[in-house]
Amino acid sequence: METSELFHLGSRVPDLGPDGERMTLNMGPQHPSTHGVLRLELEMDGEEVARITPQMGYLHRCFEKYAEQLTPPQIFPYTDRMDYLASMNNNFGFAVTVERLMGLEIPEKVEYLRVIVAELNRIASHQVAIGTFGLDLGALTPYFYCFRDRETILDFFEEICGARLLYNYIWVGGLSHDFPEGLDEKILEFCDYLNRRIDTELNPLLSFNKIFIERSANIGVITPEQAYAWGCSGPTLRGSGVDFDLRRDDPYSIYDRFDWNICVGEGTMGTVGDVWDRYWVKVLEMKESIKIIRQAIQQRPREGDVREAVPARVKMPPGEIYCRTETPRGELGYYLVSDGGPKPLRLKVRAPAFCNLCIIDEISRGTLIGDVVAILGSLDIVLGEIDR
Amino acid sequence: MEVARIVELLKERFGEALVEEHLEVVDPWIEVRREALVEICRFLRDDPRLEFNQLMCLSGVHVKDDLLWSVCHVFSYTHRHRLGLKVVLGTGDNHCPTLTGIWPAADWHERESYDLVGIVYDGHPDPRRILCPEDWVGHPLRKDYVTPSTYNGMPLD
Repeated sequence: METSELFHLGSRVPDLGPDGERMTLNMGPQHPSTHGVLRLELEMDGEEVARITPQMGYLHRCFEKYAEQLTPPQIFPYTDRMDYLASMNNNFGFAVTVERLMGLEIPEKVEYLRVIVAELNRIASHQVAIGTFGLDLGALTPYFYCFRDRETILDFFEEICGARLLYNYIWVGGLSHDFPEGLDEKILEFCDYLNRRIDTELNPLLSFNKIFIERSANIGVITPEQAYAWGCSGPTLRGSGVDFDLRRDDPYSIYDRFDWNICVGEGTMGTVGDVWDRYWVKVLEMKESIKIIRQAIQQRPREGDVREAVPARVKMPPGEIYCRTETPRGELGYYLVSDGGPKPLRLKVRAPAFCNLCIIDEISRGTLIGDVVAILGSLDIVLGEIDR
Repeated sequence: MEVARIVELLKERFGEALVEEHLEVVDPWIEVRREALVEICRFLRDDPRLEFNQLMCLSGVHVKDDLLWSVCHVFSYTHRHRLGLKVVLGTGDNHCPTLTGIWPAADWHERESYDLVGIVYDGHPDPRRILCPEDWVGHPLRKDYVTPSTYNGMPLD
């Protein structure tokens, strides 16, 4: 092992406050608000948080090491397991990366179906984020409503490809299955239903609930400059009022064909970029996804084989590419280096939750423990992709 | 701004520090000298024509034998352009200056690169492993890495 003197082993020694008294408090690894196996080392100065050191790696499964020993079609099932709440989006990102490197043309129908499942998965993922976030702040009922509606989306996926959570649905050049007969109508019906439910159930019950607003407004404010510097992306970036979405600004697939809006935080309940804004962006994004799904179903070609362009052997040319796509949590980047062989030389994943989490120390200092729970919930982390 | 123009600006300013440029590929990147990396990045971030305000990704790569890369991909929200920067290192000479002073986002990426690939980032404020346990031996993404059979007496098979 090569270790420099700088890279010593062991944790940092905590700085002591002016009066020499700081308490270290462990939140996690088994704590309901950490949404997985994450440990936050809180250094407390009385009631206030003085510093947070996140400790992760509990779920490290050596994804990048495995990827070097597998061919791209074999890697897809592993990408499912990173952000397990949005597996379709992970598949999608990796497929786009390999296809760009290979210069592969994708049939029209495949593109449309990809967009539909990716947006459905975005809604499902936001439902979990919103539901568990409400739960963290003491609102139990919206959680059940969110999971009830997410269930319908999982049923659709089960109908499409047989799996409910880890799909391996999007392949290089195609898809594993076509949509079954009559699914389009069911999805359209669900879109109407969900749009209504957001307005009549979720918003009155949670979004505009006084207790919820008191807990989330003006807390954990991220300014646009902070968001840029720390590499925040997705709803965490847009919550700070930055009008940026990779689906429009670094277009991939066929997102440029749809008419939809990018939702940004406006400080409706307090300051721009606070916890409530990040929450609200997710609610609005579900409605935008519904818009995209409706248009995609309307425009999509009915005829065609979804496996027609799937190459028998995926031959990556020598070269490298950093390719990013918009998942529910933000910018998912794959840095793929190929030496021309059947397996990648290196596959590095830039996980959106990984980058969003590293700002937590900066925005939590001086807040109370209860606020840390709200801030962590609003960052919407999935430990599967942080630890990989 | 076009990538070619960005590279021209860098050449004007830093000349020799740019070793190689690959602009005709899928994803353009340049190789820069390690000594100039921090200054180049500061210029990329602060020059109003460039304003690279986001570090998208920073990765360590063990290519083969004793060849290591530290690669960063940067993006400008202001001008919507991007660039890849590569520093070539060796396994016996694995020190690279840290970019945490330019983009705080580099913090965890560099820890990960150290942890998995074994690149040491000089000047990093919190130089620890991030994904593997603190007492893990070796860097798993090295091509010559041999998976240990036990960890603290526990069998790993």
